[in-house]
Amino acid sequence: MAESDNLVVATKVRKEFGGLVATDDIDFTIPRGSIVSLIGPNGAGKTTFFNQLTGVYQPTSGSIVFDSEEITNLPPHTITKLGIGRTFQSIRLFSQMSALENVLVGMHCRLHSGILGSIVRTRKVKREEAEASERARELLTYCGLSRRQEERAGALPYGDQRRLEVARALATEPKLLLLDEPTAGMNPQETADFIAFVLRVRDDKELTVLVIEHDMKVVMGVSERITVLEYGEKIAEGTPEEIRADPRVIEAYLGKGATA
Amino acid sequence: MTSLSDRARGIAGGRRESWLVPALIVLGLLYPWYEDTLQILPLIGDFVPATESMVVMLALTMMAVGLNIVVGYAGLLDLGYVAFYAVGAYTAGWFASQQFEQVTFHFFSSVPNDQPGIHISMWVVLVLAGLLTLFAGVLIGLPTLRLRGDYLAIVTLGFGEIVPQVVRNGDNFGGFDLTHGAFGIAPIDAVGFPALGALGFPENFQTSPNRALWYYVIAFGLLLITVFCSVRLRDSRLGRAWIAIREDETAAAAMGVPLMRTKTWSYAIGAFFGGVAGAYYASFRAGAFPADFYFNISVFLLCMVILGGMGSVWGVILGGMILSYLDREGLATIGSKIQDAGVDFEPTQYQFGIYGVIIVTMMLFRPAGLIPERRHKIEMEEAVHDTPFYDVQTDGALTDRDQNDE
Repeated sequence: MAESDNLVVATKVRKEFGGLVATDDIDFTIPRGSIVSLIGPNGAGKTTFFNQLTGVYQPTSGSIVFDSEEITNLPPHTITKLGIGRTFQSIRLFSQMSALENVLVGMHCRLHSGILGSIVRTRKVKREEAEASERARELLTYCGLSRRQEERAGALPYGDQRRLEVARALATEPKLLLLDEPTAGMNPQETADFIAFVLRVRDDKELTVLVIEHDMKVVMGVSERITVLEYGEKIAEGTPEEIRADPRVIEAYLGKGATA
Repeated sequence: MTSLSDRARGIAGGRRESWLVPALIVLGLLYPWYEDTLQILPLIGDFVPATESMVVMLALTMMAVGLNIVVGYAGLLDLGYVAFYAVGAYTAGWFASQQFEQVTFHFFSSVPNDQPGIHISMWVVLVLAGLLTLFAGVLIGLPTLRLRGDYLAIVTLGFGEIVPQVVRNGDNFGGFDLTHGAFGIAPIDAVGFPALGALGFPENFQTSPNRALWYYVIAFGLLLITVFCSVRLRDSRLGRAWIAIREDETAAAAMGVPLMRTKTWSYAIGAFFGGVAGAYYASFRAGAFPADFYFNISVFLLCMVILGGMGSVWGVILGGMILSYLDREGLATIGSKIQDAGVDFEPTQYQFGIYGVIIVTMMLFRPAGLIPERRHKIEMEEAVHDTPFYDVQTDGALTDRDQNDE
């Protein structure tokens, strides 16, 4: 397969915390334009893998190539700038800032105004700020938050906070969007809405999406490929149908009796 | 459509009357001209500070506004800010005094041209002090700002002790007298307008009959510039990044904010203003003395920020003026009133105890400060109302946020 078909190529990514092997030589590829899921029981190493992809953790060994660029030991902000945007499992908005400001922080790496320019407020800086806030408003509207712009992020309802996290991640202008358990704590209706929203975002913004999920229904409904982790190892990979039929996955997820 | 900056200001500072700020600026600037009138007022007249004291109050407030950029905006607890004050003061000592009498160099200075030593115009020295201190801020910041929370505070505390010690013992760097040791550097040149003498401006503030007045006017101008820069930065891309870091470092990094660079800038810019204020104060005092740079100055400045409201520029100005007033004159005046009433109590002897009581009272009744920053206010009120008994737990969560994700 030509390299350009894969947005992410992770090779033998390993992370050890002391004696604990959190991700054990995982090979993982994400085809451009796809929605890929990473699933597995609690403690399987999903978030650890995610954190290595985004630079929060540095892998003990192995390499990660994003868009033909080696990103293995780069700091998070550089990786974001290269085009990986993410949300967090436990919502981590800047809760004392308004929704709009949250999105503006997401734009940080795409803006250029410097210190002296900001003090003098040159025409260039003013224009950039005006354009940035205009874009931020558009993004909020796109994510269904047009009426929440000035509200404090921490005071938003749960579902809106999740949406704002996506809006903030989109503000970084990502090529790859990482969603870490985006539907955790949502009821079935909210979950369905959110899935529809993610699909729409993918199509509109021509993104590649990687989702970490617990909820099998979400995973099966949304993803084109699924990778299953257990105890830091990849135990299965394939289309939703293949995964559904895979005995090791059923065992890992539902216990031994379920295969019968 | 309102501009972004207007909105941002509305969000960060709450609504303010548009005439209030210009009115305060004019009133403040003219203080020396109506000070006498205020002082003869009944009851409050005795409590009105002299212009001379106001100069010191303004210089200290300027440092507090600088410290607020570090502590209030970026949320980095700096317990060693006095180091920047020292660097600023000694820069003035090096470039505008007889300290290096081996050379004679003059550049628009306010002293006679035959004096030995380096004498650069104080205007240039003020900028130079700011830049050198900024550089010192970067130097100190690069190794320390990787730390978080309490650890950062401890290391800054260390640097706050190291710099004054170096200054105190710096009279023999391999035979070279850099700081003149415990004696300090004196006299430091005065600020002045040597080129504008013909127009009636004083060539040298120290020898001018209106010494306090001139020093006051320039100090006021410097404070204005500091406040202006501070507000503009707060409402900029950089300011948003600072506040994002204060709120959640990991999330900020994930949104593309370079942590080290952004924090170092807050440290360096905060240091810059501390350095300028330090140099100016040194010129006013006509000397830089190692005994001025004790740890308690760092704490005193931090108290101003806390009293006024962390992150709130107007609050910090108010807090700074109140505490520095008490320090310069207030406590002594109150003391003399108390003794006039026949009670044997001298508040100046208990000054740090009194500041302590003020801070504790503030924390109990108005934890977000006198003029709270909107964000902090909500934070504090929520903490008080929602989770009164879980403070410790919340703190723990703040320091090891990294572990929360998995």
